[in-house]
Amino acid sequence: MTHLGYLIAGWSIGLGTLAVYGWSVARRAKAAARHVPADRRRWMSAND
Amino acid sequence: MLADAWLVAAKDLKVEWRARIIINQVAPFTLLIVVLFGLALDADPETLRNTAPGLFWVAVLLITLLAVQRGAAIETSDGAQERILLSDLDPAAVFLGKALALLVQLLALEVLLGVAIVVLFDVSVGDPLLMVVSALAASVGIAAAGTIYGVLAVGLGVRETLLPILLLPVLAPVLISATRTFGDAFDRVDADGWAWLGMLAMFGVIYMVSGLLAYGVLLEET
Amino acid sequence: MSSVGAASPQTAQAADYSVSSRGTRLLGVFILVSVPVLLLFAFVFTEADDTMEDAVRLLYIHVPVAVLTYVAFSLTAVGSVAYLWKRSRWWDTVAHAAAEVGVVFCGLTLVTGSIWGRPTWNTWWEWGDVRLVTTLVLFLVFVGYLAFRSVPAEPETRAKRAAVIGIIGAINIPIVNRSVEWWENNTLHQQSSLTDGQLEDLTLFTWFLGTVVLGAIFVWLLITRFRLAWLEEEIDRHGLVTALEERRAESHVGVEAAVGGSVVGGFQDNPGGPQ
Repeated sequence: MTHLGYLIAGWSIGLGTLAVYGWSVARRAKAAARHVPADRRRWMSAND
Repeated sequence: MLADAWLVAAKDLKVEWRARIIINQVAPFTLLIVVLFGLALDADPETLRNTAPGLFWVAVLLITLLAVQRGAAIETSDGAQERILLSDLDPAAVFLGKALALLVQLLALEVLLGVAIVVLFDVSVGDPLLMVVSALAASVGIAAAGTIYGVLAVGLGVRETLLPILLLPVLAPVLISATRTFGDAFDRVDADGWAWLGMLAMFGVIYMVSGLLAYGVLLEET
Repeated sequence: MSSVGAASPQTAQAADYSVSSRGTRLLGVFILVSVPVLLLFAFVFTEADDTMEDAVRLLYIHVPVAVLTYVAFSLTAVGSVAYLWKRSRWWDTVAHAAAEVGVVFCGLTLVTGSIWGRPTWNTWWEWGDVRLVTTLVLFLVFVGYLAFRSVPAEPETRAKRAAVIGIIGAINIPIVNRSVEWWENNTLHQQSSLTDGQLEDLTLFTWFLGTVVLGAIFVWLLITRFRLAWLEEEIDRHGLVTALEERRAESHVGVEAAVGGSVVGGFQDNPGGPQ
């Protein structure tokens, strides 16, 4: 396979960034949820 | 509305004239930029002549930042913003007036910058009319965009650092187009400067209309 | 309530902090299963291109990511307009979440494109290419949008001003595109070779699959980021009140403790529990 280095770099940066970003968003959300009362954690239940 | 706009513009320019920040600080800075470019880009006159159109407009963007920040600072000092809100002026008129004041200051600085570049970089202006008209058209767009973004950071305490990252990417098309028209006016690039002028005019119109529409939202009380 | 019984609700509550829902969990499972499938199609089942050789395999991630970038920023523009129209916090939060996910996708578009361009065009970056320069300017515009959103401000003021920035940023896309197109008037992008009908079915399918898989990742990120933005704004709006109440409660207990002449430990935990 030609250009193997470029291929590995492109795909791993692409999928890796998305995975790290997704993980960090989920983690930050979990941390933030601790400071919000249970009935206001979702827009559906917060009702405004 | 035009009378109100004129009132706002006259007020801004009067405040500016009294404080003399633009004359005492921004104008020398303008000359300084030209000198710095000259030092950084070698003493080779041909290089300077070739890059003069781009350097001119990069310098204009830099002094725009200063002028916009200066204008916003006038507005936030002594609760001047609230007074404009209370004065019942049409927000569109306020926008038009502030953009006009900024335009006048920019044009004055551009004249200085133009003379400095022509003299120090030894540029020959082949088409002065194109140069003047395109500078005018570009400055209208820059003044409109600058006025919109100038008010965005008011009251947030981070104006100095926020304005460049918000304003400069938006002005990228002006930089591209105005550099082309000046390149043509200086006989430096093979481009149809008058066609590019259309681009500048379109940009100016779009940002003027955006400002007229958006300023009401930005000024309204929360 | 006995101390033994208190333990299990507490663990249940800890699990509750997660912002996942049935929908996002299902989507997550789909993503975990489909990414390896996409990799199989991109690297094993499809053939190398005649001119690009195996570098074409980078396009199976680059093109879907680029398409989703424009979807994200369009969503920010729609959310911004809808916010100014309806003044609903929901739309403002959509615009915010879409902008951040969009900046991530836009960054990846630039990076994967650059990595693809090096072997194909023999350059990491090409100033003359319309889409490259437009995408870069777009990236910077929305980085500015996010920078603005991160500044502490009164929520309504921030929402309104951010909406204006989002709309103007979107208006700017065609202007930048036109100006760059005139500027160099050439593009290295192989529009024809990719769309002239010479493509094999399998290549097309892999593209489609890539868009579906990355679209699923995009939706998952968007929903999760929306929930995070919602929580952040809740903290912004009510956090100060809650913090003040906590302080007041603490000082109250502190005074009582001082008056009683004994130090009471652990008054600050379990505010939701009995007593």
